[in-house]
Amino acid sequence: MLDDKDRIFTNIYGLEDVGVIGAQKRGDWDGTKKILELGRDKIIENVKDSGLRGRGGAGFSTGMKWSFMPKEVGERPHYLVINADEGEPGTCKDREIMRHDPHKLIEGALIASFAMGAHAAYCYIRGEFYREAEALERAAQEAYDAGLIGDNACGSGYKFDFYVHRGMGAYICGEESALIESLEGKKGQPRMKPPFPANVGLYGCPTTVNNVESIAVVPEILRRGPEWFAGIGRPNNLGTKLFNISGHVNQPCTVEEEMGIPLKEIIEKHAGGVRGGWDNLMAIIPGGASVPVLPKEICDTVLMDFDSLREVHSGLGTAAIMVMDKSTDIVRGITRLSAFYKHESCGQCTPCREGTGWMWRMMERIATGNAEIEEIDILEGVTRQVEGHTICALGDAAAWPIQGLIRHFRPAMEKKIADAKAGNPKAA
Amino acid sequence: MTEQTSFAFNQENAEKAKMHIAKYPDGWQSSAVMPLLDLAQRQNDGWLSTVAMDYVAEMLSMPPIRVYEVATFYTMYNLKPVGKHHVQVCTNLPCWLRGSDAIAGICKKSLGVEFGETTEDGQFTLSEVECLGACVNAPMMQINDDFYEDLDSDSAEQVIEQLKAGKTPKAGSQGVRHTCEPAGGLTSLMHQSNLKGDA
Repeated sequence: MLDDKDRIFTNIYGLEDVGVIGAQKRGDWDGTKKILELGRDKIIENVKDSGLRGRGGAGFSTGMKWSFMPKEVGERPHYLVINADEGEPGTCKDREIMRHDPHKLIEGALIASFAMGAHAAYCYIRGEFYREAEALERAAQEAYDAGLIGDNACGSGYKFDFYVHRGMGAYICGEESALIESLEGKKGQPRMKPPFPANVGLYGCPTTVNNVESIAVVPEILRRGPEWFAGIGRPNNLGTKLFNISGHVNQPCTVEEEMGIPLKEIIEKHAGGVRGGWDNLMAIIPGGASVPVLPKEICDTVLMDFDSLREVHSGLGTAAIMVMDKSTDIVRGITRLSAFYKHESCGQCTPCREGTGWMWRMMERIATGNAEIEEIDILEGVTRQVEGHTICALGDAAAWPIQGLIRHFRPAMEKKIADAKAGNPKAA
Repeated sequence: MTEQTSFAFNQENAEKAKMHIAKYPDGWQSSAVMPLLDLAQRQNDGWLSTVAMDYVAEMLSMPPIRVYEVATFYTMYNLKPVGKHHVQVCTNLPCWLRGSDAIAGICKKSLGVEFGETTEDGQFTLSEVECLGACVNAPMMQINDDFYEDLDSDSAEQVIEQLKAGKTPKAGSQGVRHTCEPAGGLTSLMHQSNLKGDA
């Protein structure tokens, strides 16, 4: 279990002053100028050495991503875009950073922008987070007033501006190229890649898009040194991480823990255990709605990190742990996710636009028992037609929960159909 | 789209619009379309009329069709009038696991409308929405700009009754906790365990 002294987000519950004075007391904005004096290359090298992998879901090396930006700033300015469009069902970690520890994000944005030669960062925050956007704007104004950002950020001579841009309710804008389109004032529809944003991003300029948590942990990593962060967790899965534990637990909560903590341990230590005890567990979705569900026997031993969860055909995703006890109608639960993906498909690619509707309607039929057993295989086939055949990963995200359900809970689907055929009124 | 004959920003919003436009590089004022549509909607009792969209289009030198595209793509723009209080109940998986069916039920009963409907007095619109990103505080609903979290049937009904009575209910957790910490007491950041928080 992570020691309090190794926790980065020391005001994640908002129990202390969220303002700049409180933030500085907790160590934010301490020696930022000295960090910038390390220089662009050294900062990127340190972030690489820390082993930090992107906290938005894909888990790509943050330092590596930064290194893809052009070394020299040419005619086109460079941009940092922060993805605060937190919308993956189960996920509510960035919200807490923005309303309770916003200075970590703004300081991180300055450092990351400096390291990539960007003089402006746009933070794209989901529209429903109105109060969180207000909190972030307040923090940014405090940072401007204190000279921490602006024309001479932290006395470094570097000009840096931080802008908050609110979305207006579209899950797809969490996809980085859709987010860029939206920021340019268009419908949020993902772009074909290549070109990648590091070459042609916002306004046609070199751009890096990073998740809120990825940026917010950077100042502390650079203050304590990459070896500190790399000393926590397991090889290739390093550092600390915010976890959201929701669903059928006694005390749902958000908590910062070490990467690689056993799933069972984090639930029992922080969330008060599964409702009715661990043996009452049916299944857990370990990383937000997009990753496949895991049955209890895997949850008994699996570790919460990128590689451990990939080995069991699921994923760490956003580290949003959704717990379902034995009372759960799991077919109905996954059907709800299928409805979500149908609602959120941007409609650009045919396999996703049509496929999410197909998958949802078939799931509805199975959830009410109004189907034939063979349709489970047809549904599985449809998920394979969608997966990998779209511009962005929303198609995959819609397919994977259903694949996970069929892989581990096929008998529950078959029972729905059998019960309906037998005239059992409980089926619906 | 419902008819309305004229729209223009009031002075306060005209100033805010200028500030938004200034955030983006020269020639990229269309980036401000989303914040300007939001301002227009707020000024216009929560919905966007065609003339309001045309007004924003002209202000940003955008073809109106580009603005309509944006207004129809994003779910938070309302293209027809809504109630003074827009009650939005999350029914996605984490909320559903913690009883959002009951919350939806009590809202429907208390307001006498179904999802997608507005009360006859125009005070409340009830909507079913996707995940709002407060999952460890499920079940929850959003009313205008505020989240009401850790709901049960009683507290959800109380929030609505207070609004009906013209009062402002306390936003955030309706349970015993401050925000997203474990309700039974801290399991991390132990040095803060004596703080109740006032944020």
